[in-house]
Amino acid sequence: MRYLLYFLPLVIFCGAGVAFWWALDSGRDPSRLPSALIDRPAPEFALPPIEGVDTPGLASGDLATGEVTLVNVFASWCVPCRAEHPILVRLNKQEGIRLVGINYQDKPEDAARFLEELTNPYSRIGADPQGRVGLDWGLTGVPETFVVDGTGRIRYRHVGPIHSSEVESLILPAVEEARK
Amino acid sequence: MIRRLLAVGLIAGLVAILPTPPALALMPDEILDDPNLEARARALSRDLRCVVCQNEAIDSSNAEIARQMRLLVRERLVAGDDDGQVMDYLQARYGDYVLMKPPVKPETYLLWYGPAVVLLLGGLGVAFYLLRRPKAAEAAEPLTAAERERLKRLLDKEDA
Repeated sequence: MRYLLYFLPLVIFCGAGVAFWWALDSGRDPSRLPSALIDRPAPEFALPPIEGVDTPGLASGDLATGEVTLVNVFASWCVPCRAEHPILVRLNKQEGIRLVGINYQDKPEDAARFLEELTNPYSRIGADPQGRVGLDWGLTGVPETFVVDGTGRIRYRHVGPIHSSEVESLILPAVEEARK
Repeated sequence: MIRRLLAVGLIAGLVAILPTPPALALMPDEILDDPNLEARARALSRDLRCVVCQNEAIDSSNAEIARQMRLLVRERLVAGDDDGQVMDYLQARYGDYVLMKPPVKPETYLLWYGPAVVLLLGGLGVAFYLLRRPKAAEAAEPLTAAERERLKRLLDKEDA
């Protein structure tokens, strides 16, 4: 029985080793923060449309429509947004998911050119030139995409561009979950 | 002429090697007119983490989001929030991560009390070891008369 005690340092060492290995090698990204807003109602906001773009503006009331909505935060100056754009178009056109946008810290003429060049899949876009509403959404950068359920609650948050491989593995399951 | 050039060069050299104050992330246009509110804003900014910089307060971060957060802190203060309300406002949106000092709650007990527990366990181990160690005095018991007799006999036999 006493001799078991001599193995204690080895056990502690192995335990610490596993913990460190997990922290380094599990593919966990420490810069990805859990959102404080998951399962909470979307923040109160009302944003005007982008000047010179026909799409109407966006307010919190437009989210509780009974339909699952993707809220995509984008900017014309954001290169990953450009890369993500065809995937958003696909989610909207092929999967039939309602898509609205928040145009973050952008100039209206730049945003208009961005949408003209890449097509505009958004049914509503709120212009947030000061980035003030972005803070209410707990935004850490662009792009970010939120899955909001029919009652207007945030169910999923995707930080960074949606990669095509993440559509099947992350986005569609989150939308399916929000539809329940 | 040459002397003047030398003097200018010397001054320029001195200025170049003088220690410069640390660069401020805070921009002049962010600073509030009311010095009391500004002082509170600076104090709060030192306790709020920039959400994209891992371990830097918004007070010292040059990230755009940190600037937005500094402006928000000032906006809330001007609107009449007390310090706690400002912290709660940001915590509600960004979670505990936004606080430079994590709150004490069940999920963070290990973080806050873990070191004390390890110290306590180590202390107990040391105390246990010291108390159980056989005392040196106990080992030095004098020989009995019979033992002395036997020892003497053995030694004598060796001499013979």
